[in-house]
Amino acid sequence: MSVLELQEVDVFYGDFQALFEVSFKVEEGQTFACIGANGGGKSTLLRTVAGLQRPASGQVLFHGEPIDQHPAHDRVGMGIALVPEGRRVFPSLTVFENLQIGAYGGRKGEWNTDSVLELFPLLKPLVKRQASSLSGGEQQALAIGRALMANPQLLLLDEVSLGLAPVVIKRIYEAMVLLVGTGTTILVVEQDVQHVLTVADHVACFLEGRISLEGKPSELSSEAITAAYFGM
Amino acid sequence: MDWVNVAIQGILLGGLYALFATGLALVFGVMRMVNLAHGDLGILAAFVALFLFQSLHLGVMWSGLATIAIMFVVGYLLQRGLLNFTLGSDDTRPIVVTFGLSIIIQNGLIMWFSADSQGLDAGQIENISIRINDQLSIGWFPLLVFVTSIVVIALLQTFLNRTKLGRAFRATSDDREAAELMGIDNRHIYGLAMAIALAIVALAGILLAVRTTFDPTQGSFRLIFAFEAVIMGGMGSIWGTLIGAIVLGMSQTLGSQAFGSGWGLLVGHLVFLTVLAVRPSGFFAKTVTA
Repeated sequence: MSVLELQEVDVFYGDFQALFEVSFKVEEGQTFACIGANGGGKSTLLRTVAGLQRPASGQVLFHGEPIDQHPAHDRVGMGIALVPEGRRVFPSLTVFENLQIGAYGGRKGEWNTDSVLELFPLLKPLVKRQASSLSGGEQQALAIGRALMANPQLLLLDEVSLGLAPVVIKRIYEAMVLLVGTGTTILVVEQDVQHVLTVADHVACFLEGRISLEGKPSELSSEAITAAYFGM
Repeated sequence: MDWVNVAIQGILLGGLYALFATGLALVFGVMRMVNLAHGDLGILAAFVALFLFQSLHLGVMWSGLATIAIMFVVGYLLQRGLLNFTLGSDDTRPIVVTFGLSIIIQNGLIMWFSADSQGLDAGQIENISIRINDQLSIGWFPLLVFVTSIVVIALLQTFLNRTKLGRAFRATSDDREAAELMGIDNRHIYGLAMAIALAIVALAGILLAVRTTFDPTQGSFRLIFAFEAVIMGGMGSIWGTLIGAIVLGMSQTLGSQAFGSGWGLLVGHLVFLTVLAVRPSGFFAKTVTA
């Protein structure tokens, strides 16, 4: 059974339709990448899976069960955690408190403040600092660590490399490989195709709210990806 | 020595103002909502305590504690049942709704209890005082109110800083949607915030009722004082609210002493306006940049 399945999902912001009959499956242990230009509907897709956005039609299945009736705060306990676009750490809380709050509604498991700090050693000396004083890369590591504190089965990552230095992006992608090793299923959204294709075992390209191309990265030519990305 | 005496009265009065203001600051801090019925809810609590005291013959202490518990529940239900639905993109909605609530409470109280001034008789404690020297004495009751306000604020701050639920309050205040992603149900957090706010303002209303007389229309005055304390202290800082309340209390009592009774309130407002002009973000503004 797939960890996550979308069946013909339509999502609107008011009158604007952001997703058109999007369907796909994410299997256990997979790293599924959604790529595409701005406005393609990738972030909307993650927000819908996390429960911040409701589909107008179609349904979202988690381990085969429809979850559309569950609000966002329920889904964390079910095992879905989102690292939102723009990191969204809690600025007035300390780094340590940000991690603690990550475990608020989450599940029990191997991730705790110690193991997260082990994964992101750069956060160790910062635990007592206010999150607002952190650099972009540190905040991104914190946002991922915070999501891990919920011990998710399905981790949703939204544009985690955006605006970060190459060396930090490298570190974050290394961490992603480690996570897959622990059996976590990852659904990642990126504009930056290069990095994400090195870790993904399945990729879907979004164009104006529809999937324009889908498949294994090894089987897709870069010409086909470019064409799907820009809609040529 | 008169002046010292008056200044001390002002500080102690600040304790009462702080109790009225703390809940207002908490609610604003957690959900960015301005509750215009806050003062009236405090006066409502005073009447509930009076009713329990007079009609059910509970002692002052038990009437007070029961009232605080009742207002805690009322706060949660009010938030979950009504005020949560006013929150959203339009900031004016909660203001209009709580303004309406304020009118309903005031008129409801006038209907049931008449517009007469009432008092809650706590017995001897109202009159006894500590004599420091011939000119200087401090009333036990105002001192008790002041100490209570410090204890309440310290407890609230500890709750916010040290407990899991307190962290959830602060996270929700920082970023509601991100907090939801952590599994925090903001509707419940808002309910609890209002429950705590009304429990504290109930305590304030009851202490006011013991200290002096009260009537159904006093809520609006209490609200203005509370606003002034919160804004002078710096929005979002609970200890700042206490300082703001003390400054307001002292301005009022010293103003009365200097210019005659009746001028105190005006001096209080003028000091508030001066602080607003010189330091618009208040004494202890918490400016957090994401």
